[in-house]
Amino acid sequence: MREILDDIDRWRSAGKKVAVARVINIEGSGPRDPGAAMAVNEDGEVTGSVSGGCVEGAVVSEALDLINDGGPGRMVSFGYSDDEAFAVGLTCGGVIRLYLERLDW
Amino acid sequence: MSLYEEFRAHVRAQTPVALATIVEGPGVGAKLLVARVDGDEIVSGTLGHRDLDRVVARDTSGELEAGRTGVRHYGPEGQATPEDLVDTPTVVVFIESFSPPPQMWIFGAVDFTAALARVAKVLGYRVTVCDAREVFATTRRFPMADEVMVTWPTPMFDSRGHTLGPRDAVCILTHDPKFDVPAVRGALATGVGYIGVMGSRKTHAKRLERLADVGVSSAEQLSRLMSPIGLDLGGRTPEETAIAICAEIIARRTGHSASSLKQTSGSIHS
Repeated sequence: MREILDDIDRWRSAGKKVAVARVINIEGSGPRDPGAAMAVNEDGEVTGSVSGGCVEGAVVSEALDLINDGGPGRMVSFGYSDDEAFAVGLTCGGVIRLYLERLDW
Repeated sequence: MSLYEEFRAHVRAQTPVALATIVEGPGVGAKLLVARVDGDEIVSGTLGHRDLDRVVARDTSGELEAGRTGVRHYGPEGQATPEDLVDTPTVVVFIESFSPPPQMWIFGAVDFTAALARVAKVLGYRVTVCDAREVFATTRRFPMADEVMVTWPTPMFDSRGHTLGPRDAVCILTHDPKFDVPAVRGALATGVGYIGVMGSRKTHAKRLERLADVGVSSAEQLSRLMSPIGLDLGGRTPEETAIAICAEIIARRTGHSASSLKQTSGSIHS
């Protein structure tokens, strides 16, 4: 999250709403370790990453939904072997679990 | 100042800081921030229950010490043992540390080194293996190490000794005076928290003579050396020895006696 703070600050000082997704855990192989983070603002601008590019697109639409509905933080999973998984997966075949929340704290 | 602003200020100042967030279960989104400023621990935020805050702050502090990031499970009132978690909703807490991992430098590319490097990795260390002998100091022999350096101890300490601090460890497993004397001398010149030197009591006595020959003889300095290395667990294999060394490092850091809890009294976590 360290490396995305500058962008987040810029967005916040421009009055933009921001959501942050952080990698909580990975089963099997995954390109990023727990703690890897990306942020999305209300205009759909993105900073950081949570995978090797496999799931970022899906994270953006989830993040925009969350910014718009104003709900609490939630877990989202991507991968092939998980019931709650989305159609989007990691090319390496692992399962990635993210915590997505609005940056309102 | 919001919790995020506080968090950001610590990260910017390179203060070791850890953020604990409830990611599933009751209270999702609640946060606790633990920062270490000049040796003091500052806890901010709340997860919604006093006992949960206390237990998570303790665990977060431990994760921060080791530079680890991961998930832990609790009951809503801080219950942490499996028995206590039956029939309660689970609070899933993501603890994220923002500090460089502690370092362990291991001198000597021997069998004990591979076992020690493995155990050190489990504990979250960034492991550097160092030996002057090119044929032994290879990444193929030590794939678990973060770094394998083919060099003598003196240039290693000259260039990077200043990065060693109280959380870090230097383990000297060489058994070879021409290597371990400069390694001990280099380590003593740093602020490293743990210096362990392998060898029998007899080897250690001889080593002290050689150190005296090169001008290292102050009792205060020499008292920093943990030699023979490790806790007296009675193990013999490289793996058992690695556990004995790492257990000693933990006990030195916490200041605990390293006895069985059954034999001691008072608070276990303090």
